[in-house]
Parts: sequence; C-alpha cells; structure tokens
Amino acid sequence: MRSFAFHRPTTLYEMSALLGGVADSMPLAGGMTLLPTIKQRLAAPAALIDLSNIPQLHGISAQADVLTVGAMTRHVDVAESELVRSKIPLLASLAAGIGDPAVRNRGTIGGSVANNDPSADYPAAVLALDATVVTDRREIAAVAFFRGLFETALEPGEIITAVRFPVPSAGGYAKFKSPASRYAVVGVCVAKKAGKVRVAVTGAGPGVFRVAVMEAALERTFTPDAIAAIKLGAENLSSDIHADAEYRAHLVTVMAKAAVKSALQTS
Amino acid sequence: MIISFTLNGRSRTVEIEPSTLVADLLRENLNLTGTHVGCDTSQCGACVVLFDGEAVKSCTLLAPMLDGGTLTTIEGLSGPGGSNALHPMQEAFHQNHGLQCGFCTPGMVMTAVALATNNPTPTEAEVRRGLEGNICRCTGYQNIVASVLAGAAAMHAPGSGE
Repeated sequence: MRSFAFHRPTTLYEMSALLGGVADSMPLAGGMTLLPTIKQRLAAPAALIDLSNIPQLHGISAQADVLTVGAMTRHVDVAESELVRSKIPLLASLAAGIGDPAVRNRGTIGGSVANNDPSADYPAAVLALDATVVTDRREIAAVAFFRGLFETALEPGEIITAVRFPVPSAGGYAKFKSPASRYAVVGVCVAKKAGKVRVAVTGAGPGVFRVAVMEAALERTFTPDAIAAIKLGAENLSSDIHADAEYRAHLVTVMAKAAVKSALQTS
Repeated sequence: MIISFTLNGRSRTVEIEPSTLVADLLRENLNLTGTHVGCDTSQCGACVVLFDGEAVKSCTLLAPMLDGGTLTTIEGLSGPGGSNALHPMQEAFHQNHGLQCGFCTPGMVMTAVALATNNPTPTEAEVRRGLEGNICRCTGYQNIVASVLAGAAAMHAPGSGE
C-alpha cells in the first residue's frame, strides 16, 4: 500500500486538531470500506486518524424512548446488545446481517453511516427511524443527512460521534441480499411511531430514499396487504450485474411487505 | 513506528511502516506464512486470525491497530495443555477430511475456533452462517461443516483443556 502516517488520538479535541491540521488526513473507523478503498488506490490519504481510542465514541445507552449508539460501536456489539434487542429489535437483526462475522467484528455504525454506501443497511434504519446523527459540531436530522451516492451533510473534518434513535412502536427491516457480499440488493426499513409511518429503501437507487405513497397507505392500515399493489417506477433505480431496475422496483414492494410483516411480529 | 503486542502467547515489539497490513506483517516480516492471502479484498477469509480473541481478516487490518493487543494465528494453535499435538479443531478437520487443496484451511480453522469459543454447541445452520465470510474454492463445504461441528464438540469435551 502507499505509505501514510498514522495517528491515534484519545480525545475528540486531539482528533479535531489532527484532522484539521494534518494535510490530506482521513478519519479511520472500522476500516472495512476505507482500507479496501486505499488498496484499490481510490483514496490516497497522507495520514489516517484512528478513532478507536476515543472513549466518547463507544457504547450504547438508552434514556426513556431514545436509544443512543456511539459512532465506534461495532456491528457485533449492536447485534448482541440486550439493550438494542429490547428497545429496537430491528436494529439488532439488521446489524447481525451485515457482511460476515469478521466484518461485523470491525465495522462500525458511524463508519457505515458516514460512508453512505447506496447498498449499506444502516442508512435505511437511520432514515426510517427518524434518527438524529450527532457529530462533533452539531446534530443533523436523518432527512437532511443523506445526500445521495456516498454524499452526506458532513463537512470536511466533521465526524459522527453517535446516532440517536427514537424507539418506534413497531418496526422491521427486510433485505434481499447479494449472496456474496451480503450487501442489500434491496433493503427496506419500516418504522411506526405515534401514528406516523416511515418507509426507507436502500440498495435500489443511488442513495437511501423514502416512499411517501407506502407511508400514507401504512398510516391508514399497517398491514403487508396495504402496500401490496404499490409498485415503484424503475426510472430512477439502479441496474447492475445483480439486478436490473425493473427487478429492483419489484423487490422494493416484496421487501417492504416483509418488513411490515416483521414489524407486526416483533411489536 | 514501533508497536508491541502479544503474538501466539509471546510478547513482540516490531518496527513497522504505518501502512503495513497485518497479513503482510505476519508473512513478510515475521515469516509466519500459515496465514494465507487469497483475495486481498476482505472477501475470501483465508487470512482470518484472532485479534483479542475475535475473528478478523488480517488483509484488512492495519498493523498499528495491533499495539497493546493479542494476536493468534494458525501457528499459535496447540493441543490440550499447550502440547505440540493438533488443536481439537485442527484434529477435527483432519479426521473429517475438512480440506481438499488446503488453501482456505487456516482461515476456516481460525473462524471455526472463534465460532466454537462463542457458541460451544452450534447447530449446522449456525456453523454455515458463521462461515459466511470464508470461501472454499474447492467447494468442500460439507466436510468443513462436519469438521467444525466435530471440532466444537471436541474443544468442549471433558479433559480437552479448553
């Protein structure tokens, strides 16, 4: 690999000073995307700022009906957390389905959300659960955070410190996964809270998006049948070796129904 | 930079380039070639090692991360009581013909040891799910799964020393 410097700050203050002060530096979370990206020479940072030794970025906590997950919390920790399982079971099962065991032992929620891969699982949950992305500078509502293909509202040098999830009254996540990578060919997260329903889709297009027509139908009747006849147009969806846009449009309805079914079973 | 960590039960201090991957450190610098590099894109699992007891892909782990930690490679496995005999999981792969060409075997065994440590009595479905990150290009999965089931039982059998 191309050589780079490596820094391991232990405070957010030290981290900010390094990210702001070292030219061409990048924050390193679990490295499950960044390191392969550097190997492929799609990124060439002069320095990596490792976030793993900053205590404030770790851990899971709950206050009343809000679950807070620190940015450096790994997928395996979310998947196995009794607190997550009791508060938002869909989040634990989503984390348990990311990649493979070795990837879940390193990959983090903050890294996944900041990267905003169009086929990543977490963005669908963040958007459907109306979560708040907390950074070292401010708080960003999920609707304002995701800006399309690998784009987010994060500014240069700004890092996610935690994600705050309101606990829904019902919620589910279903994905049709690539058998090789376990990335979502299409993944749909459905969440219901105080009569409002959100449906967020990952994998189908250039970035996570909501389906207003399904949300309205589910607010009237929260059953799989309520959305069975709703089909997305294929025009803005992705086509690749795994599935063409027409098939992805079909899968959105199938996965949305499965997510609602799961929500009804776990609520 | 200089890092210190425990490698297969012994303290090691080595000087490395910060951009060194753990797989390269093991194979090129420390001559521990039991850890294999199959795809170098974190998909195949041949390079799996145990970092602080957890399965990780050493081709996608930076050597600086090892500082202060504990690393176990296939060379660090041993029989009951630290003897020179095969580890129960290795013995199970031998008995059940859990390898054909053998290239994926180090990663399979390390992943299996982590799996059986966390889950002493895995079902076949749990073993198959646990091996999702390890690819056998000979497609010898039936015997690998049988090996892991037998190895898990042997690791936790009375007198196994585990």
